[in-house]
Amino acid sequence: MTHALDPTAPGRGTPAVGLDAYADVTRSDAALRAFLHGLPGVDQVGAEARAAQLGTRSIKTTAKAWAIDAAISMVDLTTLEGADTPGRVRSLAAKARRPDPTDASCPQVAAVCVYGDLAGVARDALVGTGIHTAAVATAFPSGRASRAVKIADVRDAVGNGADEIDMVIDRGAFLAGRYLDVFEEIVAVKEACGSAHLKVILETGELRTYDAVRRASWLAMLAGGDVIKTSTGKVSPAATLPVCLVMLEAVRDFRAATGVQIGVKPAGGIRTTKDAVKHLVMINEVAGPDWLDPDFFRFGASSLLDDLLLQRQKLRTGHYSGPDHVSVV
Amino acid sequence: MSERIEVRKTYKLYVGGKFPRSESGRTYEVTDSRGRFVANAAWASRKDARDAVVAARGAFAGWSGATAYNRGQVLYRVAEVMEGRAAQFAAEVAAGEGLSETKARAAVDAAIDRWVWYAGWTDKLAAVLGGTNPVAGPYFDFSVPEPTGVVAVLAPQRSSLLGLVSVLAPVLATGCTAVLVSSKERPLPAITLSEVLATSDVPGGVANLLTGDAAEIGPWLAEHADVDGIDLCGAGTTAMELERSAAGTLKRVLRTTAEEPDWTADPGLSRMTPFLETKTVWHPIGV
Repeated sequence: MTHALDPTAPGRGTPAVGLDAYADVTRSDAALRAFLHGLPGVDQVGAEARAAQLGTRSIKTTAKAWAIDAAISMVDLTTLEGADTPGRVRSLAAKARRPDPTDASCPQVAAVCVYGDLAGVARDALVGTGIHTAAVATAFPSGRASRAVKIADVRDAVGNGADEIDMVIDRGAFLAGRYLDVFEEIVAVKEACGSAHLKVILETGELRTYDAVRRASWLAMLAGGDVIKTSTGKVSPAATLPVCLVMLEAVRDFRAATGVQIGVKPAGGIRTTKDAVKHLVMINEVAGPDWLDPDFFRFGASSLLDDLLLQRQKLRTGHYSGPDHVSVV
Repeated sequence: MSERIEVRKTYKLYVGGKFPRSESGRTYEVTDSRGRFVANAAWASRKDARDAVVAARGAFAGWSGATAYNRGQVLYRVAEVMEGRAAQFAAEVAAGEGLSETKARAAVDAAIDRWVWYAGWTDKLAAVLGGTNPVAGPYFDFSVPEPTGVVAVLAPQRSSLLGLVSVLAPVLATGCTAVLVSSKERPLPAITLSEVLATSDVPGGVANLLTGDAAEIGPWLAEHADVDGIDLCGAGTTAMELERSAAGTLKRVLRTTAEEPDWTADPGLSRMTPFLETKTVWHPIGV
């Protein structure tokens, strides 16, 4: 069998063939393992060096202004605390609609991300804005629950009004090598989502190697995830540039092979405008400009938005701003 | 035996309790009063000032929240460490200001005494500047002075140690955190003072010392929305312009004079009160 990443593989240089070409790969645990372990290994040193090198690009003036606005429009404004209240979710939604109340030209964020039981509150506060309501589900963040419970969790969140679901994969099964279990679970969750968008959280901080990240990315894409997401934000390390690089390569190769474009969402640990801009540079260089779009790239973050707003104010006014000059949630 | 080659120094900035190089990578040569090379100093840029403000803001909650007694102890400890470095300070002051050994030593002694004096003020300010207010109602009403926040200090250009201490210590004594730009021509006592601060008990970020040009960094600090007060002492001819910029974000401004004041004179409370806010509490009684 030719491998998906070989130049002669189905889809390479030929019209898109869709996911059906990979039906073979997912017919059994053994076939899936053979496929995933047949993916080319990641050159760890090379990936880290390339990520570091792309991080040194200097983005200034008008390009920086564009990058800040693009990054704001890609933020999934997130609150995932045990202490979340409906009031906090409503004020987060208000911030999502008007991130900078002093400047009407500031773009909206892409989505508000909450726990499933608060999705209804978020949805009601976002009616008519075009901002998506994302909810985490499937026993987030550990994913340690039976499949029936996870599916019920997803249906509950969708029923409450979420139009994007952030699921976690079963890392225990993945690390134990039971790939088909993970695959079938994602397929089942996708079905439970109905029309809602599915983001698959790989929790790369627990996967140990870049090879495992690449395998998990392909697994999630083959199973029908619309977006692959790095982390829950509850585990350290969360999103790092090299991990994001590996995932961007995976979505790029997946589109080349199948014609299906999958999104990427780094989450956790991205706190500064500089970090966000590094990611934007990497998307453009690794995956391509098609991914510079809120439908295909998101930042899962809570404090990043404030730093983006401070930098935006700096560009607008010419002087440094401070945390007293952004709205608190 | 060959003659020993002296170790030439390239000093760094003091930001957030660490000694980083300038983000810009720039340095400049420091000379003594006769124009002979003494050392290289970091030439801070606006981004160093920005980082210093972030560090000072981060340290503000802890420093202003510490008890006044504790702040006094920490500042007194700084004076103790300065005492141990007195000879180094004296040599730097003598070289930079062209003073005789005796006069330089007198300036260092005065600077250490000034620091101790301000350390003593920390727990007395509330008693002197605050108090209970007689009000016509069933309230226990009292006022207390509280630190305003992050204060930018443009240190005097001429008096490199006594003047420096006289503008930095009052800001720290009130509970504010400071971003200080040293004298451009005579930065060495400020650099040694930052080494003193780093090895005493002052938490990182409470005092941040930048060496470089106040005329270059001053405008950025005056306009910075996260700076709550600015001491224009070393601003020189740019002072008026900076005062105008500072008004944009309603900063507390301590004006400068055409000539540097006589630093040996008793300063009174004049450098502390500008950076204090008065909080008044109305507490119901008899309920």
